[in-house]
Amino acid sequence: MDLLASIFVDPFLRMAGNPTFLTQVVWEGFVSGILYALVALGFVLIYKASGVFNFAQGIMMVFAALALVGLAEMGMPAWGALVAAVGVMLILAIGIERLVLRPLVNQPDIILLMATIGLTRFLVGLGEMVFGGEPKVMITEGLGIPTGVVRVPLFGKFLILKEIDITAAVVAVLMVGFLAVFFARTKIGRALRAVADDHQAALSVGISLERIWVIVWFAAGIVALVTGIMWGARSQVSFDLEVIALKALPVLILGGFTSVPGAIVGGLVIGIGEKVGEIYWGRLLGGGIESWLAYLIALGFLLYRPQGLFGEKIIERV
Amino acid sequence: MLYREVGQFKTTYAADMAVFPIRQDRIGILAMVAIAAVGVPLVANDFVLTSIMIPGLIFTLAAIGLNILTGYAGQISLGTGAFMGVGAYAAYKLANAFPEVNILVWIVTSGVFSAMIGVVFGLPSLRIKGLYLAVTTLAAQFFLEWCFVRIGWLTDYSSSGAIEAVRRSLAGMPITGPEAEPLTRYFVVLALVIGLTWVTSNLVHGRIGRTWMMVRDMDIAAELMGVRLLPAKLLAFAVSSYLAGVAGAMMVFFWLGAAEPSAFGISLSFQVLFMVIIGGLGSLLGSWLGAAFIWALPVVLKFAPGLVGIEIASATVEHLNSMIVGALIIFFLIVEPHGLARLWAVTKQKLRVWPFPW
Amino acid sequence: MFKPMALAFSVASTLAVVLPAVPAQAEDSLYVPLLTYRTGPYAGSGIGIADGMHDYLEMLNQRDGGIGGVKIAIEECETGYNSQKGVECYEATKGKGALVYNPWSTGITLQLIPKAGVDKIPVLSMAYGLSAAADGKTFPWVFNPPMTYWDGASVAVKYIGGKEGGLAKLKGKTIGFIYLDAPYGKEPIPLLEDLAKEYGFKLMKYPVPGDKMQDQSSQWLNVQSDSPDWMIMWGWGAMNPTAVKEAAKIGYPMDHFIGVWFSGGDDDAKAGGAGAKGFLTLNFNGTGAGYPALADIKKYVVAKGLSQVKGDDRVGENNYNHGVYNSMLIAEAIRNAQKIAGKKMVDAADVRAGLETLNIDAARIEAMGLKDFMAPMKVTCDDHSGENSVYVQQWDGAKWTKVSDWIEPMKDKIRPMLVADAKAYADKNAPWPARTEACGGR
Repeated sequence: MDLLASIFVDPFLRMAGNPTFLTQVVWEGFVSGILYALVALGFVLIYKASGVFNFAQGIMMVFAALALVGLAEMGMPAWGALVAAVGVMLILAIGIERLVLRPLVNQPDIILLMATIGLTRFLVGLGEMVFGGEPKVMITEGLGIPTGVVRVPLFGKFLILKEIDITAAVVAVLMVGFLAVFFARTKIGRALRAVADDHQAALSVGISLERIWVIVWFAAGIVALVTGIMWGARSQVSFDLEVIALKALPVLILGGFTSVPGAIVGGLVIGIGEKVGEIYWGRLLGGGIESWLAYLIALGFLLYRPQGLFGEKIIERV
Repeated sequence: MLYREVGQFKTTYAADMAVFPIRQDRIGILAMVAIAAVGVPLVANDFVLTSIMIPGLIFTLAAIGLNILTGYAGQISLGTGAFMGVGAYAAYKLANAFPEVNILVWIVTSGVFSAMIGVVFGLPSLRIKGLYLAVTTLAAQFFLEWCFVRIGWLTDYSSSGAIEAVRRSLAGMPITGPEAEPLTRYFVVLALVIGLTWVTSNLVHGRIGRTWMMVRDMDIAAELMGVRLLPAKLLAFAVSSYLAGVAGAMMVFFWLGAAEPSAFGISLSFQVLFMVIIGGLGSLLGSWLGAAFIWALPVVLKFAPGLVGIEIASATVEHLNSMIVGALIIFFLIVEPHGLARLWAVTKQKLRVWPFPW
Repeated sequence: MFKPMALAFSVASTLAVVLPAVPAQAEDSLYVPLLTYRTGPYAGSGIGIADGMHDYLEMLNQRDGGIGGVKIAIEECETGYNSQKGVECYEATKGKGALVYNPWSTGITLQLIPKAGVDKIPVLSMAYGLSAAADGKTFPWVFNPPMTYWDGASVAVKYIGGKEGGLAKLKGKTIGFIYLDAPYGKEPIPLLEDLAKEYGFKLMKYPVPGDKMQDQSSQWLNVQSDSPDWMIMWGWGAMNPTAVKEAAKIGYPMDHFIGVWFSGGDDDAKAGGAGAKGFLTLNFNGTGAGYPALADIKKYVVAKGLSQVKGDDRVGENNYNHGVYNSMLIAEAIRNAQKIAGKKMVDAADVRAGLETLNIDAARIEAMGLKDFMAPMKVTCDDHSGENSVYVQQWDGAKWTKVSDWIEPMKDKIRPMLVADAKAYADKNAPWPARTEACGGR
């Protein structure tokens, strides 16, 4: 009975008893969710346009942030380093298209996935060689990112919001909005959607696949840079940030591989779900359940909808 | 020249259906086993045995396990590391609970436990397919890893939180634990891996193997043709997890000697996946080649500069190593996306018609 | 069928032929392999340590021509904090006459502990690894000076007691323990639970899973809702800076937040910015470069470009100094071994004896040019950690300052636990070999 009460009653009493804290928990989940969604967004962009499940998105994030901080450490002004980091991502996108994607065109999914894993190892080695393995502090002041704390009164108590988290949320929303407009309104965006629909049909109407791929990988690189800046500012810029990319997998699977809104909603579901689960139920199991809770949530949804929340319905024919 | 099948007539169906229908192949495989069993021990030193041969063989077994699931039955799995862990912990618990029974019995039995766990996590595969299935196996990976850390019973509440290879012997010779000679361990590992490869080979070349391949190629079509999907898929999960579990137990008992929960982390799962894909999906030979390539190459690259007398900082070697391995993975995928096994098959075909390829 | 297998094994057989032909280390040097990690997820902590270890030994080579006139052959082997590569490094170097191993990873230490007695090469796990290894009767080949994690945890509690006005005042207080959810982080829990029972404080545990090191908002939300009076942290790698940042964010009083010695990297505290001011950690070595020995490192090693350290200012950071302390122990053990064995070229067994009789007094510390860097320390035949004293340091926003005296651990409490745990380990790994090495020399 006690056990049942501790599962089904107590957590809700705790939630009702301290609504400020509940809001705080949901906010923290929201922020993690937004940041997971940003990583997932990079995956979705690439998957949509080139059918590649880009495992290297995590390391691209680290690489972009490292390039930014590394260049700033070498004496570049912060904004100069930002521009240079964008340049690095462009070079990377061109390089990947030339050396990896072009020769591997039309290969099965798993081979392309494997190629990006190879790319991951390459980038890890290159990044450590060029920028060193030491963790670096994100140049928040140089970029004008606020790092203070805001206290908002709520239900007689205080909600503690990190300015960096607010910034992350705003940037993520702007980014998604920009991408949505880009896809819907520009010529390149239309070409991108055409390629996503059907490679060959797109080719036949004169869309250059190579150029589209470069653009998509570059866009994913920019998303990676932004994500890297945000995660780097929350903790520090080091190679272990790469594991964050794994957290994007359940988000992606939940939202569907091809859906931008799916990535956002998936991120929020996972982010908030795992925080609320950990805080209100985690103690029953000794804590630390976050590491697998996200996958369990995703699994639950998948059993209900095997193609993810926003994925295209899978129609199987013999 | 030598590799020619002229004059080899098949008079029975059994001969025609054999795993190695060509005589030269049969001789070749025997020769390789002979080299592994006699030649390697004669020339190899302890470092080669403990750092290349033993881990290489253990990874071969794990790769075969994953290949059953991914290559033959078409189900993607990212949970191999955790299933290896289940085997390792099971072997540890069993060996400590029943010290009088020979350790080899427990190593072979340990896989049964990971097979059971594998079946449980395989259940969603009936509804979830393709890359989406990766999430169930990832759930298995992270949940089981958490269990290894949290459940004290698994390590007999040891304060170190790790499991150690207990000292056990076979016919008076220590085969596990710190006293076991590398050569003894090598022979045990070699025998187990070859034995299990042989069993698996018979499995995949028989009815069960063909069922799996039907499921892989198109599960709905297979179902329409009378294959019962649930048993077929679950059997694949069970066999795959069994082999992974045995490999995990061997990893702790014959190679590492002790293991923290983090030894069975997600990176181990990826390591085995590399081997399967580079070696070739759906090929036992590929698992051997993939394991040899992915395991041995970094080791060789790491210690080769020192051997030829080039002084490079150890960290730089590691960076270069990572870059070279990454680049080679991409290179191989471009040259032959179907893996080393396919590369070999192509070579063999050329060899067969040589020197008159037209 | 010849070719693929040949391909698979040719690599191996080539090596097999080549490797034995490699000449063993030159006969006239002391071979010390260093298992370091400058790559991988824990490189942030590992690089400083690797530099410190290498540079101190190199400095001895440059300044004194080695130890007792014999050069030290230093070889780094990269482990990436990965237990697979750890074994590889061990196997690759042990044949060359390695004198002592410093695994710098709990996982690798645990692998080497059973091997040490068989291969007869001592393992020096400086203030990490298996706490129970302090029992020299059971683990003659393993050393974990200057103290174990349990000693550290007891000092943290003692310090808290001191601030609260006596250990008795801990009754009714809450102490939070945030730790990396791995064997390393879980190690102090039995002791803390014991102390909680004895002194009547409440222990709240906050595990941080390895893949959540950069995102600890859940743990700190729990801290916020429990609001413990004090926090103790057992963190490593990226966990440290993130924890410091989160603590600052929720407005946790930083001078009530104590980290273990491995949470005290300069980068860890710097990441917290102004909010990290007041953060406490335990320590057993001095910080900063204001010691003659470190000045010598700058002069003989860094200035000559023999070090991999990134910039002069990195010399003297806390992790660097951990490395220096570690190498100092190696060097002193070898020096001691030369004295006991009565010869310059010592072997691993001599070094074991040297470690076991290590007794670094104030005079010797001054002679090494490390005055105020460390407290006098001692290892005995029974006690391989020595349970030496620890002090507490505080981050003032730019550097660490010492804010407490050297505090002795609760030896009478910990010693029986260590012995019982060592026995449990030996029982589990039965038949564990009985100690045959004589005490005091060989």
